[in-house]
Amino acid sequence: MTTAEQLKDLTEQKYRYGFVTDIEADSIPKGLSEEIIRLISRKKGEPQFMLDWRLKAYRHWLTMQEPDWANVTYKRPDYQEIIYYSAPRQKKGPSSMEEVDPELKRAFSKLGIPLEEQMRLAGIAVDAVFDSVSVATTYKARLAEKGIIFCSFSEAVREHPALVEAHLGSVVPTTDNFFAALNSAVFSDGSFVYVPKGVRCPMELSTYFRINAKDTGQFERTLIVADEGAHVSYLEGCTAPMRDENQLHAAVVELVARDGAQIKYSTVQNWYPGDADGKGGIYNFVTKRGVAHRGARISWTQVETGSAVTWKYPSVILLGDDAVGEFYSVALANNRQQADTGTKMIHVGRNTRSTIVSKGISAGHGQNTYRGLVKVQKGAVGARNHSQCDSLLIGDRCGAHTFPYIEVKNPTATVEHEATTSKISEDQLFYCRQRGLSDEDAVSMIVNGFAKQVLKELPMEFAVEAQKLLGLSLEGSVG
Amino acid sequence: MSGAVLLEIRGLRARVGEKEILKGLDLTVREGEVHAIMGPNGSGKSTLAGVLAGRDAYEVTAGSVRYAGQDLLGLAPEARAAAGVFLGFQYPVEIPGVGNLYFLRTALNAIRKARGEEELDAMDFLAFAKEKMKLVELDPAFGSRSVNEGFSGGEKKRNEIFQMAVLEPKLAILDEIDSGLDIDALRVVAGGVNALRRSDRAIVMVTHYQRLLDHVTPDVVHVMAGGRIVKTGGRDLALELEKTGYAWAGDKAPMPLTEART
Repeated sequence: MTTAEQLKDLTEQKYRYGFVTDIEADSIPKGLSEEIIRLISRKKGEPQFMLDWRLKAYRHWLTMQEPDWANVTYKRPDYQEIIYYSAPRQKKGPSSMEEVDPELKRAFSKLGIPLEEQMRLAGIAVDAVFDSVSVATTYKARLAEKGIIFCSFSEAVREHPALVEAHLGSVVPTTDNFFAALNSAVFSDGSFVYVPKGVRCPMELSTYFRINAKDTGQFERTLIVADEGAHVSYLEGCTAPMRDENQLHAAVVELVARDGAQIKYSTVQNWYPGDADGKGGIYNFVTKRGVAHRGARISWTQVETGSAVTWKYPSVILLGDDAVGEFYSVALANNRQQADTGTKMIHVGRNTRSTIVSKGISAGHGQNTYRGLVKVQKGAVGARNHSQCDSLLIGDRCGAHTFPYIEVKNPTATVEHEATTSKISEDQLFYCRQRGLSDEDAVSMIVNGFAKQVLKELPMEFAVEAQKLLGLSLEGSVG
Repeated sequence: MSGAVLLEIRGLRARVGEKEILKGLDLTVREGEVHAIMGPNGSGKSTLAGVLAGRDAYEVTAGSVRYAGQDLLGLAPEARAAAGVFLGFQYPVEIPGVGNLYFLRTALNAIRKARGEEELDAMDFLAFAKEKMKLVELDPAFGSRSVNEGFSGGEKKRNEIFQMAVLEPKLAILDEIDSGLDIDALRVVAGGVNALRRSDRAIVMVTHYQRLLDHVTPDVVHVMAGGRIVKTGGRDLALELEKTGYAWAGDKAPMPLTEART
């Protein structure tokens, strides 16, 4: 076998999370209309302000066009063919973990996410979202002792409507873009986090998203508010069954970091990527943005290995003086996957700083695009940015593309951009194999080395998951 | 003093693309022996090293290679490594972001696993590796640096010998391990090789220059030309070559056998 063939074999590994859970679902009819939105809102027992907000978003969405500027090609979803709400039928609002449907628990434990608290890795609280609803949140009581709210979005709307109303849409308005508007109209659940002033969240918070039902879209919404001086680290993971049809995932994440607050948001994205010929897979069209006030820090770390098409630009608005924004990304595009991902760093305050490290890995026929905007506004005296975009090509049929946009309106700003493109060489593979490593381990190791700068930003507990996803063996305590 | 036959090459022919480079090569190496294979540029020395390690670019068209009782040519490169074949590279490859010791531990454990041996944990490995680093006076800082990245020529060669010391091969093929080294580095590298001589290990050194043999005394010296071994002798043969050059072996442009030093 030639090295090219070996690489081909390696990069065509099977998706391991493609199972379907057989559970009775409460679904609404396909299609989108004001009536459907009212139905979703009613099912969730929402207050009037939420329904009004959804309808406003929907009416605006009707006037919008699906964006076509991304470096991806796909068949546009038919928005009337999607089921916008599907919930596993279980006892209304399980009050304890014992009441969660065992079938659901099994599904999550199969994914490596046991919901029983005693089985969890110590120190991680989990919110599990299955199709359109959150099915379980762990460690709520322990977090509540510190005044931290960690719950499903639906619960937040019911229990903390004032907090939700004050922040919902404050970072990503309903009119922001086509997918954000759609999400605002139909979103069904997600996670909500509030960390009070001066509190450091004692454990990692995480949400695990699972799409299960057929023909459904998942539209979740996450809102994290870190009050003055608060610290929180949050992680999301996601998987879906293997289906021949494309499924839409259009999420919105809003982060608010008040003065001196720190939010670290990590994503390990492993939606079903479609088969080797590009059939099926998730369309991952996501809007993520944070506002960093004075002296606040927002850090996005993402490991994107799944989805057929990814359209995603986690961004930071550096509003307050001395605010810091970071973006660390590993994006893998294999087989027929297409990823158009990057970030926006908007410098508004004085002496704001941002760092961008993007590592794109392309294999098979994969197309990987980095698209990033660094914008320094007039008042951002002394703003600094450093961007580094590296691409690694595996094989000779894939592509790497970089579109950096830089807009600077203040002459005191410092903006740096570095980019490299490299290939895994036959010499590297042979060297590794001569030392006893299989091709598989050799490629893993080389890719791991390439992505190291980003992987080390992940919380320790999740580095393991990322390593599995990239097919990597992560560096241990030696070396 | 020589042990059992470890490597037996008969009538080996190999090509790169359409060009035949090895043209019927015979070689027998026994356990405990150190062989030097010398010869002019283009005589096929590095090709021989590459074929023995299983490099893809070479196609074997005829002949056989028996190694420790098995058909070496039928094995994948990693299986050869597990069977105890080590190639010291003329141009060691850089692997950015992969720690030197991490790389080596993974390699050692892959080999141990293939042999059905227990894997070494991080702490045991670290202690073991640190001992071996001393052998080639490699600063412990090289353990955490990326594999060969930013290493000087001499550091890369020392790193190769360090890897050999850790992997403990039965057959080590060292391809121009002396090239590009100043005299001090050569002494260190040669010292490492000497320390690794053992009665159950064979070392085949491919070199253009006699100077390496001043430091590592071979048991057998071969001269390669035109894809074959054309002369075999003892230590004296290398000294003789130093005087006469390779012209007699068919080299069109005789080269001095002492490397130019700057």
